[in-house]
Amino acid sequence: MKLPDKLGHYGQFGGRFVPETLMNLLLDLEKEFAGVAKDAAFKKEFAFYLKEYAGRPTNLYLAERLSKQLKTLKVYLKREDLLHTGAHKVNNTLGQILVARRMGKKRIIAETGAGQHGVATATVCALFGLKCVVYMGAEDVKRQALNVVRMRLMGAEVIPVESGTKTLKDAMNEAIRDWVTNVKDTYYLIGTVAGPHPYPLMVREFQKVIGEEARKQILIKEKKLPDYVLACVGGGSNAMGIFHPFYNDKRVNLIGVEAAGHGLHTQAHSAALCKGQTGVLHGTKSNLLQDADGQVMNAHSIAAGLDYPGVGPEHAYYKESGRAEYVAITDDEAIAGLKMLAKVEGIIPALESSHAIAYLQKLARRVKGRKTVIVCLSGRGDKDMETIRDIL
Amino acid sequence: MNRIDLKFKELRAVGKKAFIAFITAGDPDLETTEALVLAFEKAGADIVELGVPFSDPQADGPTIQAASFRSIQKGTTLVKILKTVKKIRERSSIPIALMTYYNPVFHFGDRKFVEQAKAAGVDGVIIPDLPVEEASELCRYALAADLSTIFFLAPTTSDDRMKVAVNAATGFIYYVSVAGVTGSKAVVPSEIAIKIRTARRLSDKPICVGFGVSTPEQVHALAAIADGVIVGSAIVKEIEKHAGAKDLVDQVSAFVKKLSQAI
Repeated sequence: MKLPDKLGHYGQFGGRFVPETLMNLLLDLEKEFAGVAKDAAFKKEFAFYLKEYAGRPTNLYLAERLSKQLKTLKVYLKREDLLHTGAHKVNNTLGQILVARRMGKKRIIAETGAGQHGVATATVCALFGLKCVVYMGAEDVKRQALNVVRMRLMGAEVIPVESGTKTLKDAMNEAIRDWVTNVKDTYYLIGTVAGPHPYPLMVREFQKVIGEEARKQILIKEKKLPDYVLACVGGGSNAMGIFHPFYNDKRVNLIGVEAAGHGLHTQAHSAALCKGQTGVLHGTKSNLLQDADGQVMNAHSIAAGLDYPGVGPEHAYYKESGRAEYVAITDDEAIAGLKMLAKVEGIIPALESSHAIAYLQKLARRVKGRKTVIVCLSGRGDKDMETIRDIL
Repeated sequence: MNRIDLKFKELRAVGKKAFIAFITAGDPDLETTEALVLAFEKAGADIVELGVPFSDPQADGPTIQAASFRSIQKGTTLVKILKTVKKIRERSSIPIALMTYYNPVFHFGDRKFVEQAKAAGVDGVIIPDLPVEEASELCRYALAADLSTIFFLAPTTSDDRMKVAVNAATGFIYYVSVAGVTGSKAVVPSEIAIKIRTARRLSDKPICVGFGVSTPEQVHALAAIADGVIVGSAIVKEIEKHAGAKDLVDQVSAFVKKLSQAI
């Protein structure tokens, strides 16, 4: 079965839940994307920028000391943290900016939580000389002040969003409002595999380079496929990027790690797949943290990039169909994961990626014999040093 | 025929247009909502839209966002709003449509929502983030219950999509006057007239214009080209302005009277 279907559905999930004003634009975008997906010139251009500008391919690094410590696991790290701007986000922004240029759009808008997607968007806008407006919750503007500086340095206008909870979901609401208002000249560059069709598909297609490379690399190094592939899941773009190329390799276990925040027994977490119910937010039907009246609940995670009450619809489908397993790691466990990798391997992961790293210890206890695992190290921890300093 | 259909039939028979007033239910509280609806009927409103507040109102500007937030803080829920409609029905037969986002409806259950809304005396439902393509289940239940499903046309709607939306709509068609959120800048009637003429060729269903309409002059100008005019943010702003005042209902319905008389 090829997913999504014509209307952008992954089983019961996905689709297009947007105001009528945006429908035509989404249909145009869908058509444009279907065109570029088959266009050799586009593929060549995209590959050029991924290699020459972003720094692909990224290494698949055997973490020997970590593997020794974990005993039952042979751990490979897919080093997305080594990319330009410090995270996997730039794969997607490069792809979408090329689409926006072909559509003749002159103004780019984006939402951002931790600021990584905002930085990656500001980066490609500077690269191509396009106007860039980034919506960021007022709370996040405070929490991630350095990323605001980075975006402004590259010429982006950062607009603090004061409505609602003043975090990522409100930034996304505000970006959608801007888009509805400036629909003719504006391109909305969504940062994750969520939003209305064709965004979840498009972002997956631009991020799947992670999994395609990792699959080839592991076959060279191990002469076989891995037993496990691990990635953190907020909206789920790095996870979908590494999972999707392994979808048909049924013996490869895919595990997505959500943010359990203060714990899944509390209300302060971001585990939409582990604890949410089916719902509709920001243009798509997926799993959602919501109350008894269908009002969206506030998410929490120490990792701002995971601090979102929804998740991409294809992950909801992977969960429902059993193709992937979703687990959760608390704030404290993630910090321990970050410290462990820093000490044992000399690599400081982003707090988001630290969730996947932290789960390795649990997985190590679960498995029998010695298993091979690839972890998507989606970003580096430089941006989190202030948060970590406050904790240490 | 439900109350919305009957209202347009009655208005058309005498060559009149509909004035439609929107308020966010539960702002400042549901007792006031009840009083406002009854007062609006006396002030000349033909149809009332009650906003069911949602935590993430993407299609709304700052005024209705703030009203939704206040209402949720007060503890307003869909069930409580339906109870309020039931109370209104004891004293009034003004057509009532609920306007909300899809998640509160989906979470409640499409079928249960249609049944309970109908039972409470609701006549139609307007859901800005639910395009026709995703609405087939809700439409099926609504059609069986004679609950109107009001769909949108926008300045960006293509002729192909216009057919789809016009066919699926019952009650009336909601024409969004500007690309933007509720309470946006003023509208340009000449551009709207062109789009409405195109829609008219496809169907004789009533077409009402909303978004960005705030003054009696605008209401008057748009009534000339549409079957009805919808005012929301401007009325919600009046409610906000008179919050806490004893004569809130009188003040706001005086404003509604000015608007409805401009039709």
